[in-house]
Amino acid sequence: MKRGASSFNIISVALGLAFLYLPITILVIYSFNASRLVTVWGGWSLAWYRELLHDDAMLQSAWISLRVAALSASSATVLGTLAAVALTRMGRFRGRLLLSGMVYAPLVMPEVITGLSLLLLFVAINVDRGFWTIVIAHTTLTMCFVTVIVQSRLVGFDRSLEEAAMDLGCPPLKTFLTITLPLIAPAIAAGWMLAFVLSLDDLVVASFMTGPGATTLPIRIYSEVRLGIKPEINAVCTIMIAIVALGTVASSLIVKRGVMRRERAALGAQV
Amino acid sequence: MSAQASKQDWGARVIILAPYLWLAAFFLAPFVIVLKISLSQTALAQPPYLPVFDLTTGWSGLKDFAAQFSADSFRLLSSDALYLFSYLKSLQVAGISTAILLVVGYPIAYGMARVSRAWQPLLVIAVVLPFWTSFLIRIYAWINILQRDGPLNDVLMHLHVIDTPAAWLSSDTAIYIGVVYSYLPFMVLPLYAVLEKMDETLLEAAADLGCPRWKSFWLVTLPLSLPGVAAGALLCFIPIVGEFVIPDLLGGSETLMIGQTLWTEFFSNRDWPVAAAIAVALLGLLLVPILFYERLQQRSLEGGR
Repeated sequence: MKRGASSFNIISVALGLAFLYLPITILVIYSFNASRLVTVWGGWSLAWYRELLHDDAMLQSAWISLRVAALSASSATVLGTLAAVALTRMGRFRGRLLLSGMVYAPLVMPEVITGLSLLLLFVAINVDRGFWTIVIAHTTLTMCFVTVIVQSRLVGFDRSLEEAAMDLGCPPLKTFLTITLPLIAPAIAAGWMLAFVLSLDDLVVASFMTGPGATTLPIRIYSEVRLGIKPEINAVCTIMIAIVALGTVASSLIVKRGVMRRERAALGAQV
Repeated sequence: MSAQASKQDWGARVIILAPYLWLAAFFLAPFVIVLKISLSQTALAQPPYLPVFDLTTGWSGLKDFAAQFSADSFRLLSSDALYLFSYLKSLQVAGISTAILLVVGYPIAYGMARVSRAWQPLLVIAVVLPFWTSFLIRIYAWINILQRDGPLNDVLMHLHVIDTPAAWLSSDTAIYIGVVYSYLPFMVLPLYAVLEKMDETLLEAAADLGCPRWKSFWLVTLPLSLPGVAAGALLCFIPIVGEFVIPDLLGGSETLMIGQTLWTEFFSNRDWPVAAAIAVALLGLLLVPILFYERLQQRSLEGGR
């Protein structure tokens, strides 16, 4: 593509970004509004954040959501990475088409279908719904995103490194651990983070999976939002946005440092 | 040597089998059960459907079980216009939103691909970042904005576009705004991916031969970006058809989208067989687009196999 953007190009990107960020910005500003009436500006205040600290139900839901997200993201990362390796490094095996079909379908499958079908499975095998069924559902839902991210990294990098190691007598497992894994580590980390965020975010599937004592944060927020706008919800949302923004910046810095270190090492090897 | 080869074989089997079995158990098997329950009848019991398969009754139990299947739920779906309208509404919302997303997303992706290389990674992060913040939060932000005394009406009245505050919430317009806002990154990123890789010499050749810019866009850029258009459109269209949160929070209550109808049948009416039948019918509707999408993914991620 020819570089050199016209003013039309720049304006469309700027308008697009404004459209994406304006609503979030307005939400963040409202969270600092002193007035109880959401739409009347009453000056800057941290009142809703203080109120949040005393909202035990909300804090408990946040804690449940964080645990579900951490557990499901970790298992999804293991399973998703294995699936990516199977699809890119195992050649043709029996049932390969079915595996790739099962991996890509959840990416677009409407959540109401996934949620309902998993719920009916758990009812059919007589499993009580609650914390662990949400973890299992989120693992299934998010592992496919991990697979796609890791897979595009595996397809993209130079296979001659792996082949060289194997030619020199390095066993496959060791090759994978010492050559492949470090190379795809940034993709695995990105996959874990995406899985974590998606799990933290999910309302529909969690609503089907939940049971007594397993009210996740989105379920709690949703039931409050249905009753109308509350300034406190603005504060919860702002905190979640801040966590995600910090996480994204931190991870991109980590990846950047890793790349720089590798480049420096490569430079050193050449000298 | 053979010991090592068999160990290697064993390792390969674990790598393939672990994700395979997980997905078969928690993604594929549930669909079989949905199909089974869609053929069952509603019952005032726990679980609220008949027949329930009981392993202890053995072979005769299995025969009884099979004899009780009925297509009642599907008959209800086809006879009650409520469900048909619900499906049509979902297809309409998904179709129109996907078209709007293409029109809005294409110039953004095109612009991103044309700015200098140094800026591009930053712009990609900027487009992805809102997707990382909660879906629910982004919809909730729009409730704030679209309220009767919210910022949108304030701005419009200030500019004298309207004189009295308009009711934006509980309307189809609000659904379209919410859907376009939430799915924009899904449209922009696949488009950007193909536009960014495009060979610029093709455009230079066209320009050298006297082709005007709009024409080279129409004859070269657009056809070459079609895989991205298809990927973006499918990535948006399929989930939007089954969307629940956006129409529930922003839309009105006259005609529900199919995801809402399923939700109501399940959670409010506790009619599990009908909810399962809706899911089966929805899946049937989306099967062709989903298979198309899978082909695209396989081609892009597995090198054209």
